[in-house]
Amino acid sequence: MKTKRKAAVKANKTNSSNGSMVDISLKFDEGWSYSPAPESTDHVSIKERYGLFIGGKFVKPALGKYFATINPATEKKISEVANASSADVDKAVKAARKAFGPWSSLPARERGKYVYRISRMMQEKARELAVIESMDGGKAIREARDIDIPLAAAHFFYYAGWADKLDYAFPNKKPTPLGVAGQIIPWNFPLLMAAWKIAPAIAAGNTVVLKSAETTPLTSMKLAEIIQEAGLPDGVVNIITGAGDTGAALVNHPDIDKIAFTGSTGVGKIIQNAIAGTDKKVTLELGGKAANIILDDAPLDQAVEGIINGIYFNQGHVCCAGSRLFVQEDVADTVIRKLKDRMQTLIVGDPLDKNTDIGAINSKEQLATINRYIKIGKNEGADFYQSKCKIPNKGYWCPPTLFLNVSQSHRIAQEEIFGPVLAVQTFRTVDEVIEKANNTPYGLSAGIWTDKGSKIFNITAKLNAGVIWANTYNKFDPTSPFGGYKESGFGREGGLPGLQAYLNLG
Amino acid sequence: MPTTTKKAKPKEGSHRGSAQSSANRLNVQKTYKLFIGGKFPRTESGRYYTLKSAEGEQLGNICRASRKDFRESVLAARAAFKGWSAKSAFNRSQILYRLAEMLEGRQAQFIDELTMQGSTKVAAQKEVIAAVDRLVYYAGWCDKYQQIFSAVNPVASSHFNFSVLEPTGVVVIVAPEENSLIGLVTTAASAIAGGNTSIILASESKPLCAVSFAEVINTSDVPGGVINILTGKLSELIGHFTTHMDVNSIVYCGDDRAMIKKIKSDSTSNLKRPVFRTAINWLSAEAETPYFISDMQETKTTWHPIGI
Amino acid sequence: MNTMPTMTIPNFSLSPRIDQVGIEERASRFTKRSIKTAAKIEGLNLVLSMIDLTTLEGKDTAGKVKQLCYKAMHLNDAYEGLPNVAAICVYPTLVKVAKNALKGSGINVAAVATAFPSGQAPKSVKIADTKFAVRQGADEIDMVISRGKFLNGDYNFVFDEIAEIKEACGEAHLKVILETGELNTLDNVRRASDIAMHAGADFIKTSTGKISPAATLPVTLVMLEAIRDYYYKTGKMIGMKPAGGIAKAKLALHYLVMVKETMGDAWMTPAWFRFGASSLANDVLMQLTKQKTGNYQSLNYFSLD
Repeated sequence: MKTKRKAAVKANKTNSSNGSMVDISLKFDEGWSYSPAPESTDHVSIKERYGLFIGGKFVKPALGKYFATINPATEKKISEVANASSADVDKAVKAARKAFGPWSSLPARERGKYVYRISRMMQEKARELAVIESMDGGKAIREARDIDIPLAAAHFFYYAGWADKLDYAFPNKKPTPLGVAGQIIPWNFPLLMAAWKIAPAIAAGNTVVLKSAETTPLTSMKLAEIIQEAGLPDGVVNIITGAGDTGAALVNHPDIDKIAFTGSTGVGKIIQNAIAGTDKKVTLELGGKAANIILDDAPLDQAVEGIINGIYFNQGHVCCAGSRLFVQEDVADTVIRKLKDRMQTLIVGDPLDKNTDIGAINSKEQLATINRYIKIGKNEGADFYQSKCKIPNKGYWCPPTLFLNVSQSHRIAQEEIFGPVLAVQTFRTVDEVIEKANNTPYGLSAGIWTDKGSKIFNITAKLNAGVIWANTYNKFDPTSPFGGYKESGFGREGGLPGLQAYLNLG
Repeated sequence: MPTTTKKAKPKEGSHRGSAQSSANRLNVQKTYKLFIGGKFPRTESGRYYTLKSAEGEQLGNICRASRKDFRESVLAARAAFKGWSAKSAFNRSQILYRLAEMLEGRQAQFIDELTMQGSTKVAAQKEVIAAVDRLVYYAGWCDKYQQIFSAVNPVASSHFNFSVLEPTGVVVIVAPEENSLIGLVTTAASAIAGGNTSIILASESKPLCAVSFAEVINTSDVPGGVINILTGKLSELIGHFTTHMDVNSIVYCGDDRAMIKKIKSDSTSNLKRPVFRTAINWLSAEAETPYFISDMQETKTTWHPIGI
Repeated sequence: MNTMPTMTIPNFSLSPRIDQVGIEERASRFTKRSIKTAAKIEGLNLVLSMIDLTTLEGKDTAGKVKQLCYKAMHLNDAYEGLPNVAAICVYPTLVKVAKNALKGSGINVAAVATAFPSGQAPKSVKIADTKFAVRQGADEIDMVISRGKFLNGDYNFVFDEIAEIKEACGEAHLKVILETGELNTLDNVRRASDIAMHAGADFIKTSTGKISPAATLPVTLVMLEAIRDYYYKTGKMIGMKPAGGIAKAKLALHYLVMVKETMGDAWMTPAWFRFGASSLANDVLMQLTKQKTGNYQSLNYFSLD
C-alpha cells in the first residue's frame, strides 16, 4: 500500500461519496484564524480639547461651548471640540476675508509651494492621521491608512501644481479666484473631504472657512495643526467645528462668495434655497443610489470583489456606494453564491485592528437609520441575508447585509441607506437594466461588469451618472472628476473641473 | 375691402409689401402659433395677448402658452432627447448649418418682423445677418467642443480614466427680452449643439421672429421636439418651468434679481441646473463661446482597468 | 471515477474571463492581513507541513537527495513539535533513493515526470516516464502540460494527454503543472486549469520553477478560483500547488491567507495545498525560532541541505 497522509485519505472519501452531492459548500469560520493585530496608538497625539482654527491660531469659541467627540467603536469620549456660534463663524469669515487679498496676490508659484508643503507634511504624519481617522469615525485602519490619508495628501499635491498654471486651464479665459469659500464636509471621509475642498480652493487663490462634520472633527483639527506648522499665512484656511447651526451660519454669512457642500440631498437643497437671493456660487456633492450591473459575460470573481468593494467599503458610508446590485438572471445564482462566500470572510470589528474589513458605524443615529431600513426591507418582503460574523459588545455595528429578490418599487432600492446594505435585483436584457439603473432621482455613480468592450461603451454612455466604473468600483484619484447628475448635485471635484468650481472665468 | 386691422402690416417697401401687387387684394394675415414637437398648435388654453408696435399698431395676437402647453413641450423634448443626443456630432453640426442656410434665405421676413417690433432697418439687418452667422458658428462647435473640454485623466492606478461632456438633458430657456432673434438663436443653438433638447420661451414683447424661426426650424432637418418654442408671459410660466421634475436645466437670459432668486430657489425641486446669462451683448463676440455649450453639459468620468 | 455523475466536458474556449487588475487588487488585499502571535505560529507550522521540499537540478545525486530527505524528517531538531514537510520532490531516477531514505516517515515522494520541465517529448515517452516513476515508488506525479499545443489552441490534445498520464499514474496522485509563466495571460491560466481538472488532475500546480515568473499570488488566485468553481460544479476537491519563487515565510503566510479566504478551511491541509519550494523551509524555521526566542535569526543556525 502506498503511504498516504491521513487527510488525503479522508479527502478521497469525500470525493468518492460525491455522487450524493450533499452539502457542497465552503466553510470559513473554523480552523486557522487571525490573532488580533491592533495598530499601535502610542505615537498619536490628541489634545483633550480643541478650539477653533481661525486666523492661524486655535481660539476659544465665543460662547465657550464644547462638545465631545466619541469613538463609535467603544462609545468612549476621545476629545472635545468647540461648538462654533455665528459669532465664531463671523470671526472666521473675517479672517479669511482679510487673508484673501494678500493670498490671491501672492506669486502663484509661492502659493503652490505652500500647498505642496501641506501635502508633504500630511505624508509625514500619515500614520498618525490614519489612526485618528479610524478612532474618530470608526473606519477600518486599513482603509484609513491605504486610501483616505494617501488620497488626501495626493489631492493637495495635485492641486498645488495648478496654482501657477491657471491660465492654461480654461481656453481663452483668465481665471480669477472667487474670494472666500465656505465649505461643509460630511463624516464619511473626514480628512479626504477636507482635502477635496481646501486643496483646489487655496491653490486657485481663494481663502476658506471649512466646517468639519459633527461626529468626525479630529483629523480636521490635525490638518489645522499641519497648516499652522506649514506656515500658511494666517486666515487662508480656517477650520471650525460644530453641527448644523454652525453650517447654517456659514452658508448664510453675507461675506461668503462660494459654498461647497458635500452631504445629503435634503440639506443640499436647503443650502441652495438659502443662498438663492445672493451671488454666492455653489457646488453640491450629494446622495446616490448607484447601480452596479453584472452581465453574464463578466469576470465574475472580480465582479464579486467589485460588489463587495462597492457596498461594504467604509461600512457603506459612501455616497457613490454600489447599493443597487443588478445581476443578469443566468448568472444570478452563481454570483449570489460567490457573494455570500465572500461576505463570510469579511471581518467586522475593532477599526484599529489591521485585519478589520468593516469597522464601526459612524454614530448611534446612523446605526438607527440603517436598522430602520433593514426593518423596512424585511417588511417589504425582500429576502434578508447577513453574514454570520462576531461583533463586539460595545459600539455601533452592522454586519454586511444583503436583500435578495428586491424590486425597483422597494424603498430599500430607492432611498440612500448609507450603510452596508445591498439591494439585489436580477434582469434579463441590457436595455432593461439601463432603464432600471437610470430609474432614480440620483445620478452620482454606476458600475458595469462585462468582458466585451463594445458593450461597455454602449452602456456607460447610456447610464446617467457622473462617475462610471467599468470592471472596477469605488476608485478615486485627484485627477479624476467626481460628482453627479440629477439630484446627486452639481459641479465636480477633482481634476480640471474641480478647479473650475473655485474660479471666476469672467 | 382694405384690411381692417393693422395686424402685421408690412412697412412700405418691405419685402412683403412689394409682393402685394394689387391694392385691392386682402392681406393674408399670419397666425402666430406655438411650436411643440415639430407641430404648430394653438395654445390649448385658447388665450392670447395682443402685440402692439411702439406706435400702438396692432401687430398680432400672440399665443399665451399655458402650463399644459409647457407640459406638452417637455414631453416632446424628452421624447426627442434620446435620438438627438445620440446623433453623431457631425450630423448635429450639419443640421445646425442647415438651419443657417434656411435662415439666410428668409432674411427679409425676419428683417420685417424686427422692424415691426421696433428695430431700425439697419439694426434689423445687422441682427439677422449676425443670427445666420451665429448658427454657422455653433454648427462648427458641434464636433469640436468635446475635444476642448474632455480629458484623459492620468490616475495613479492601473486604470484608463477619461472625462467627457454629456448633454444635461431637457433645457428650458428664457430667451432675452431684447435682441429677440439673435438672443433666441444663440441660446437655442448652443443648447442643441451639445445634444440637449429645449423649450424656449420667446421674448414677451418681441415674439414675432421667434415664431417665424420655428418655421425655419421646421423646414430644416432639426427633428421635432428638439427645439420647442412657446410665447406667453414669463411671470405665469416661470413657476412651472422651475418646478417641473423632468427638466434638467433652466437658462435665464435676463437680469431681474427677483426672477434669478426664484429660479435658483425653485430649481431645488429636482436640482435642475440654473444657468444665468445676464448683461450679455448678444450681437458681440461675447455670445460666441463654447462655454455657452459646456454650461449645459455634465461631466461623465469613466474608469476601466488596464491589463491583459 | 465511476461514482462521478456524468458530466459533459465543457468548451474550454468559454472558460470564464479574468480581469488582471481586479485579480491583482484582490491578491494584494491578502497581503494586507496582519498575521501575528498565535496565528503566526500556527500558520508557519501549517506552511512547513505543506512544503514539497524540492531539488530538481541536472546535477542532483543520490547523496544530495538523501541529505534533503534527512532535512525533511528533521527540519530543526532544536525546535520541538515541528511537523514534517509533505513531500520530497525529485526527478524520476532519484525516486527510489528518496523512497528508501524516507521510509516510515509518512513523507511522500513526488516525481516530476513527462519530460519535465519542457514537456517536449512524444506522448509515449511521457507515459513511459510516468510509469517508470510510479514503479520506482512515487506517491505523486508532477507532470507538465504541452504549452505549445495549448497556445496553439489544441485543447483536445492537452486534455487527452493529461487524461492518459492520469491513467498511467494508477494509484499515484497527479499534479498538473501549467507553467503559467509561459501562458502569458490569466485567461489562459484559467482555461488551462479547467482543462487539467476536467482531464483528471488531483492537483494543479503553477510552475516548474525553471521559468520566470513562477508562482505569484495573482496566478495562484486564478487557479484557486477555478478549483472553487469546479468544486461547486462537481463536488470534487482539487488541490493547489504554487511552486517556485516562494522563499519567504511572510509570503507563504500571504498564500495561506489567500487559501483560507478563497477556499475556506477544508483546503487548509497538506492534502489540498502544497508549496513547491526549496529555501522556504529555512525561512519559516527562522521565523518560528524568532517567535519563540524574540530574537531575529541568522541562516548560519539553520542547516542547508
